Amino acid sequence: MVDTMSNGSMRALVVDDFQTIHQIMRRVLGALGIHDISDAVDGEKALEVLEKEGPFNLVLVDWYMPVMNGLDFVRAVRARRHHDSTKILMVTTEAEQESIVAALDAGADDYLMKPFTPEMVEEKLAILGLCPAKG
Amino acid sequence: MKPENTNYLRELVRSATGIVLEVEKEYLLEARLSPVAHREGLGDVESLVEMLRMNPDGVLRDMVLDAMTTNETSFFRDLHPFDALRQTILPQLMERRAETRTLNIWSAVCSSGQEPYSLLMMLSENFPELSSWNLNFLASDVSTSMIERARAGRYSQFEVSRGLPASFLVKYLSKVGQSWEMDAGLRKAVKFQVLNLVQPWPALPTMDIIMMRNVLIYFDNATKEKILRKACGCLRGDGYLFLGSSEVLMGLDVALQRTSIDGSWCYQPESRTPAVP
Ligand SMILES: C[S@@+](CC[C@H](N)C(=O)[O-])C[C@H]1O[C@@H](n2cnc3c(N)ncnc32)[C@H](O)[C@@H]1O
Repeated sequence: MVDTMSNGSMRALVVDDFQTIHQIMRRVLGALGIHDISDAVDGEKALEVLEKEGPFNLVLVDWYMPVMNGLDFVRAVRARRHHDSTKILMVTTEAEQESIVAALDAGADDYLMKPFTPEMVEEKLAILGLCPAKG
Repeated sequence: MKPENTNYLRELVRSATGIVLEVEKEYLLEARLSPVAHREGLGDVESLVEMLRMNPDGVLRDMVLDAMTTNETSFFRDLHPFDALRQTILPQLMERRAETRTLNIWSAVCSSGQEPYSLLMMLSENFPELSSWNLNFLASDVSTSMIERARAGRYSQFEVSRGLPASFLVKYLSKVGQSWEMDAGLRKAVKFQVLNLVQPWPALPTMDIIMMRNVLIYFDNATKEKILRKACGCLRGDGYLFLGSSEVLMGLDVALQRTSIDGSWCYQPESRTPAVP
């Protein structure tokens, strides 16, 4: 079992083909007390990391990536039932209503549109029960 | 700025909204009113004040007051009050009101509407049986432009990214161009009204739930007391009042008792007769 409430032991995986997003997420999650962070540059690599280094409490995944896109990644993870307790947050520039519905249908737990602010990430994590709500 | 102009603006803001601008916050006048002066072709804040003096009740006054009030809000702000309402308070109130099937809810500082809509989405999601109840939902704010925005229920991508679960976003809002529009049914379920908490209140139904979050911080203690006493007066004996998470009643003489429910502070009228064990 992974302890989901104390951020110190939280493990996160950031999946994005842009290094800048890895860096930004490290900083944003770090400020929330989450320091155990792995990253991957596409869905296929992320699946490998997930199997080798998992389980993770949280996966943040971009939509558009080479090799395996975020939506296919979410489907692949959800098809493997042993990651059911891992929360998946899609983080993407894709902002169409149908896309959000598709991501949730595929098994994403929530959806964050780029560009985002640190507060938005914090609020999403609070909704997912991964960090305490402010206030 | 000339001191008499600074004083004029402070007094205008205080008398109209109750908001007391501390001396160290005076820079806010310049910072927030310069854009208004520019937009209205008045050059600087000094000339804006000259215009105000000539026409103190016009649209310029509303623009100034809007610029000087902080409208910052978000969906499901602080989360805990919504947990308390969902897990404990609403099941309890619905059991107690089963006979009349009536609930009166007031979001007393609704800003651009995120707070009342969050509540409504939560109600619709968790208590579908309320659709056959008499739900009187009032949402008010001192700012006309905020009430108009809340009534329109249109939010930018930035605003819907603050605190709103994506499942609610796609279920209760629809994308229209670059913005997101609240479901028409939810918009119709709320009565939006301009209401100034520091002026006489209109007749209000006795409330079961009052949300008055993140506004008292701007008032002095005497004003806080006056408002809270009035709120208490229109709250049912077993009703609940929510304040902002950083707002406390310390040092205020009001007949409210604080309880902690599901991680949130809330307030109930003090019972006049002590409970018999
Ligand atoms: C920070 S917002 C709070 C919004 C929401 N309740 C929340 O907690 O997110 C403060 C609001 O108080 C309103 N306000 C300021 N003075 C007021 C007054 N005298 N009567 C009613 N509303 C007032 C402002 O217009 C603004 O929309």
